[in-house]
Amino acid sequence: MASAILQLRDISLSFKGIKVLSDLSFDVARGEICALIGPNGAGKSSLLNIVTGVYQADAGEVVFDGRRFERITSLAAARRGIGRTFQHNALFDRLTVLDNVLAGLSRHSRTNLLEHAFGLPRERHEEREFRRRAEETIEILDLTAYRDAVVSTLPYGVQKHVDLARALVGRPALLLLDEPMAGMNHDEKRRMARRIADVNRSLGTTVVLIEHDIGVVMDLSDHVVVLDYGRKVGDGDPDEVRRNPDVIAAYLGAVHEGVA
Amino acid sequence: MSFFVETLVGGLLAGVMYSLVAIGFVLIYKASGVFNFAQGAMVLCAALTFVTLTENGLSFWLAFLVSLAIMIMIGIAVERLVLRPLVNQPQITLFMATLGLSFVIEGLSQIIMGASVHELDLGILDVPVEFGPIQLSQFDLVAAATAGLLVAVLSLLFSKTRIGISLRAIADDPQAALSVGIRLQVLMRIVWGVAGFVALVAGLLWGARQGVQFSLTFVVLKALPVLIIGGFTSIAGAIVGGLIVGAGDSLAEIYLGPLLGGSVSTWFAYVLAVVFLLARPAGLFGERAIERV
Repeated sequence: MASAILQLRDISLSFKGIKVLSDLSFDVARGEICALIGPNGAGKSSLLNIVTGVYQADAGEVVFDGRRFERITSLAAARRGIGRTFQHNALFDRLTVLDNVLAGLSRHSRTNLLEHAFGLPRERHEEREFRRRAEETIEILDLTAYRDAVVSTLPYGVQKHVDLARALVGRPALLLLDEPMAGMNHDEKRRMARRIADVNRSLGTTVVLIEHDIGVVMDLSDHVVVLDYGRKVGDGDPDEVRRNPDVIAAYLGAVHEGVA
Repeated sequence: MSFFVETLVGGLLAGVMYSLVAIGFVLIYKASGVFNFAQGAMVLCAALTFVTLTENGLSFWLAFLVSLAIMIMIGIAVERLVLRPLVNQPQITLFMATLGLSFVIEGLSQIIMGASVHELDLGILDVPVEFGPIQLSQFDLVAAATAGLLVAVLSLLFSKTRIGISLRAIADDPQAALSVGIRLQVLMRIVWGVAGFVALVAGLLWGARQGVQFSLTFVVLKALPVLIIGGFTSIAGAIVGGLIVGAGDSLAEIYLGPLLGGSVSTWFAYVLAVVFLLARPAGLFGERAIERV
């Protein structure tokens, strides 16, 4: 296996006595697209929230980019290069698309308050550079038409793209996507899947994504991890996972009817 | 006619004083969604600190700088000790915390610096200045100019710089703001520090106008209708709201007062506020949240 960018070791999490994740371990290799699948409530989002410091695991450790941490804050995760989107759009609703994407570059900001307040040269230089990068990302994701629109006025599918743009513009080493295709129709899903594959290939971004559409997942991913009731029931390339009897019992068989 | 204009302009200038207090609320509300009830106590504390320092022989600017440092430190301490532990709590919890905080600040200020009434002389003569047929108070003009300058600077700082984008991002979704790497705590400290500065300026002008005493803390109650009219999220709204309240107050006092038996200005602003609440619940400049149903 190629070197792992993210290693999860015996992660456990519970809320008020209810086990959400139990002794979960797996690796995400650098440069791959890894899909997390499993029924609702399997603990997929909780796992992303642990990696980004929204939740603190009760036990276990996370190793990101060779550095081990037991506790990480959301801010530290972002600054170290973990980008994410949210299952329920958590965009800055009252800002324009451009400002949302600009905000996505915050982790790279190296200027301080005084430089901002007085518009000193270093700050102006950074501002120009950020604007260039934001415009570039907006163009790549075909959001140019919506550039100056306030996010809350946009259709849901477009908002999903804005969320991706905001996460992507910071060029994270690891990009966590929580149901990036939720609520999309077949064509929109295919388009989004193509974008994710493009990003992964052209920028070398490692992607971990949660998705329910098994067809899309199997086409897109290099690596699939299956969760059920907070335990790992499958871990391997799409073909292996498809053949795994535990996975079929826990998930694939049951859900396939629903997906069609 | 010139009497009407004089009343109107006098009212507008007085209104700017209300705006000055309202801005302190807007700053914190915009960034964190907290209605900081302690802003009035901060105004009192700032004025009391400044007066105590000058009475002990410090020069104006030295006292101003020391008071400023103290106010900024109080702002930062409030953020660190009171609001940060309450992050992600419902807004009513935060509001109650600032309500309690206002009593703590008032109490401590008076324990340390005494509760007696102080006179505050900023060296601005309160003499009438003639503009053709109308006379205006020089003090009011200076106060209005100060407030105007403050608003201009704050508006630029919070709208034209990236600090502004970050602050609005935090107000919309603090978790998402953290996840893109916005330093939420640093920005909160900045906002509370600036709120401390605004409290100092308001405390000096109000203190010079009506004496430095406990009742300064009630300027909050004058700021409330201003906020309702202008909107809680807009610095420009605080100014326009202040002007409307100021003008409304003094015109009502002169023209309605005799009919209703006087002291109209104590309640007229609230009547205006209620009218605005019915017509424009988000205020003139407030951001209405657009929600999909």
